[in-house]
Amino acid sequence: MAYIPATWDMYDLIQGVLQAPWYHMVFEVALILLIFKIYVSQSFSPEKTVLTEKEKDLLVEEWQPEPLTPNVPDDHPIIQSMEKYCIEGQNGKYITVNGKSCINMSTFNFISMVGNKQIQDRAVKALRVYGVGSCGPRGFYGTMDVHLELEDELAKFMTSEEAILYSYSFATIASAIPAYSKRGDIIFADENVGFAIQKGLIASRSHIKWFRHNDMEHLESLLIEQNKADKKNPKKAKVTRRFIVVEGLYLNTGKICPLPKLVELKWKYKVRIFLEESMSFGVLGETGRGVTEHFDISRDNIDLIAGSLENSIASVGGFCCGKKFVIDHQRLSGLGYCFSASQPPMLAASAIEALHILQEQPRLLVDLREKCEKIHDKLKNVTHIQLIGDPISPIKHLMLTEPASDRDLDMHTLEMVVDYAMNEGVALTIARHLDSEENNLLPPSIRLSVNCELTDEEINKVVSVISDAFREVLQKLSSVDMKSPLDSVKQGDGEQIASR
Amino acid sequence: MATGRGSINRKLEDNKKDVLCTQMPESHNNRPKNGHKNGLRSNGKNGSHTSQSRWDEDFFESFEETPLLVAILTYLGYGLLVVIGQIRDLMRAYGIEKDKSCTEPKLEGFVPLYQSWESFYTRNVYRRIRDCWNRVVGSKPGTRITILDRDSCDYGWTFELTGKKLNVMNFGSYNYLGFAENSGPCCDQVQAVTEKYGVGVCASRQEMGYMDIHRELDLLVAEFLGVEAAITVPMGFATNSMNMPALVSKGSLILSDELNHASLVLGSRLSGALIRTYKHNDMDDLEMKLRDAVCNGQPRTHRPWKKILIVVEGVYSMEGSIIRLPDVLRLKKKYKAYVYLDEAHSIGAMGPHGRGVVDYFGLDPRDIDIMMGTFTKSFGSAGGYIGGSKSLINHLRTQAHSFIYSTSMSPPVAQQVISVMKVIMGKDGTNQGMKHIRQLAWNTRYFRKRLQDRGYIIYGNKDSPVVPLLLYMPSKVAMFSRETLKRGMATVVVGFPATPLIETRARFCLSAAHTKEMLDEALKIIDDVGDLLRLRYSSLKPPDFSEKDIQLIE
Ligand SMILES: Cc1ncc(COP(=O)(O)O)c(C=O)c1O
Repeated sequence: MAYIPATWDMYDLIQGVLQAPWYHMVFEVALILLIFKIYVSQSFSPEKTVLTEKEKDLLVEEWQPEPLTPNVPDDHPIIQSMEKYCIEGQNGKYITVNGKSCINMSTFNFISMVGNKQIQDRAVKALRVYGVGSCGPRGFYGTMDVHLELEDELAKFMTSEEAILYSYSFATIASAIPAYSKRGDIIFADENVGFAIQKGLIASRSHIKWFRHNDMEHLESLLIEQNKADKKNPKKAKVTRRFIVVEGLYLNTGKICPLPKLVELKWKYKVRIFLEESMSFGVLGETGRGVTEHFDISRDNIDLIAGSLENSIASVGGFCCGKKFVIDHQRLSGLGYCFSASQPPMLAASAIEALHILQEQPRLLVDLREKCEKIHDKLKNVTHIQLIGDPISPIKHLMLTEPASDRDLDMHTLEMVVDYAMNEGVALTIARHLDSEENNLLPPSIRLSVNCELTDEEINKVVSVISDAFREVLQKLSSVDMKSPLDSVKQGDGEQIASR
Repeated sequence: MATGRGSINRKLEDNKKDVLCTQMPESHNNRPKNGHKNGLRSNGKNGSHTSQSRWDEDFFESFEETPLLVAILTYLGYGLLVVIGQIRDLMRAYGIEKDKSCTEPKLEGFVPLYQSWESFYTRNVYRRIRDCWNRVVGSKPGTRITILDRDSCDYGWTFELTGKKLNVMNFGSYNYLGFAENSGPCCDQVQAVTEKYGVGVCASRQEMGYMDIHRELDLLVAEFLGVEAAITVPMGFATNSMNMPALVSKGSLILSDELNHASLVLGSRLSGALIRTYKHNDMDDLEMKLRDAVCNGQPRTHRPWKKILIVVEGVYSMEGSIIRLPDVLRLKKKYKAYVYLDEAHSIGAMGPHGRGVVDYFGLDPRDIDIMMGTFTKSFGSAGGYIGGSKSLINHLRTQAHSFIYSTSMSPPVAQQVISVMKVIMGKDGTNQGMKHIRQLAWNTRYFRKRLQDRGYIIYGNKDSPVVPLLLYMPSKVAMFSRETLKRGMATVVVGFPATPLIETRARFCLSAAHTKEMLDEALKIIDDVGDLLRLRYSSLKPPDFSEKDIQLIE
């Protein structure tokens, strides 16, 4: 199954040949002959160096490759924090870390589906029928009836014609984008889209135009620019597909995309919209149908919606939904769909159950929204914290109001905040990024995720611990006599541990 | 599985050239995509490694040439399909025939999402035999599966379940060691974990998604592989595509087997390194390309490469061939390259201890820089791993995309791997694991030998549990799949574009859970269908290996 058809270049070629005028052809043939002649005459030139086998052996002997990977020590801060905060048992609303129970404000368990008894029972039931793995891709006896059932349920839930199920959310959008957008096509993408989308964009080899985060004026100016270019070259424009790729709720900023404006631009400039709803599915809207429902926009306006089953649904997997003629294409061209084993049936069954629960208990979403707003309100004015994200978003970023010039230093400060909070029984996490690979790297932040079952006392505790943590840590850092900034951090760190 | 669209005409052209080449045993064909190990097609050994030790003598791999007549007939078959397809497309265009495909509605001003010719193959060839794929299963993927019968009232455009259930033998799932079970001790442990942990994690490893069960799994995998450390990812495909970019980048060279899996191709592409392919399992070609790369450096600038990474698979799932690993390691040492070994189909299924091709050849796993594999096959679970030196794994834990941007493994899925791995290692205090391993090895030899004796063209290594049987003609693909199913056996058939155009094949995946009676019955069915379709193409003497030297455990 190692074959990836590369059809687009062929098409260009055929188009090119068909559309060229005759004198152009004559000219090209003459050119080719000329090049051929030059090439032939050159091969007689005496200067061409040919290495003897002996010389080659020497070269082989001499060459020293770089080491495969840099040497990362065991006490690298990331590895350390991972090992330090390894979770014992369930990753639910409360987690146990090092024997201590903490309120979990770090995982995307927005509507508390992790550990739901009903879901567990359904999963076990499926386990007793299908086993764990499906032992095959969808094409080769890996399509279980639960997969079809889940696809049906998702399509119905999203009132779209069809849904396609992937076994991993990262692979979903990263496979979907290159299935439609090929070399030569143009994609307008928000500069803060998530990493999976960024990889999909690269894999598509299309021409990417980034617009500033949620900045519709910038997007429109790019679209106008493109329109002008199209007028100059209408033949090319006729075969160049155009897409806008945005997220419903941005993981990186906690902000909701301005969908009404995007839809307006879509119809005005004839661009298709791909909407990634990993974070907004099962979160936004009256009944959790995502950002389209939030803005009360018909889903027919969106060409493709990709969602994740790994966040509010608390399973593993992803899906795309939309019109049948769009979605079906992925069944033969979505790499992560065709060339990978299907989702374990028990995970599909738990996703079905979670969808049912979501539909039966709309209360969950009302609660979630209320808690999000409450926390937002309380954290808004805390000193040292710059709160990023929309009030109703369950994802909020806490940045430093006075960042240092050195990214590592801020990172270290935030790590100390996390340590402090952990110690006080609130589990937080830093938003991790690959600094060198992100399209638009944001300042370091602590990413808060809100759970719908938080009580008022718990919210108060979380808020007070967070504000204490920032205050204490920053005080500690500024009180230390600063010779070199990094020195002081280390000292501060040591002191803090001692003081516990 | 027919995953291709369009450009069939060009492929036809290309392959016409191929067929000419096939007739000249030593001519090589360098095109990366269609070029297919022509030449080295004699039955038996084909390397030129005289000084090598014993492994080479015991290495039997067969790739019989396509008989000329068959090749011509196959092309005629495709020609006919294309002509008829063109005519029907024309009729659809003029409204004489109703277009049942789900076509794109015209949207004023929008560039169409697809070009009509792109889906020519899907519309006119794949659609006719679509019932051979995506069959719906209503049971565990064990030795017998329940297939929910489907019916199409419009020749393959749409399907409907009829409500009938077929209980058939399963020769299609990758259940090599027979651990895809819904009862027994492994399953009980998975249930216990589901009840304790739930199924969700909702976070990436670096962002509070790292749980004690993941730690246990990582350590166990490392121990099983015999390497210093390991990481695990919830999807095998993503293990490749999300981790390779952390290893090589621009300025590095990837030497990739031309038949590598799509996930490896995607991972290579995302890494930004330059990719060159070499002929499938052809060590001379690999050495030539390595030598050339080291001597000439990067194109244009001629600066030396930063690193060279050789990317190979353990067992190739469409060819049934086994990587010539000792040779790869020899070349790796000589040219100081790094090796990335994908053991998706070989881990568990190969070697006296079930530890993959490394074990099969009796090599030291520490000689391989990156050991990758999946849990989807032998372990009856899902996900993938990467094993290697401590510094490699530490690097990946800090830098791999799969640790930062995507959810970590679901606890029950992880537990299934842990439980099965412990059985294979004998840590459960029984010899069940060993028994399964031996049984699979025995089944493989037994089944392959019987098929070759009967005169079918079978590709691959005598010890590979993936057994491709060549069908060649597109019509036989459908017929074979339908007829075997009718007789009570589920098989996988594969055609263009997953294989070269004329080398369509059926594929049997053997399992340790298959009993001798099942294998015999399967052989009977294959004989039945094989006679019906005249599949005994082979003109070579049957090879002389046997299952006798494999000791079964009672
Ligand atoms: C060589 C190889 N690598 C990776 C994979 C992908 O594994 P998974 O099915 O777990 O995604 C496969 C599966 O078909 C494979 O054959």
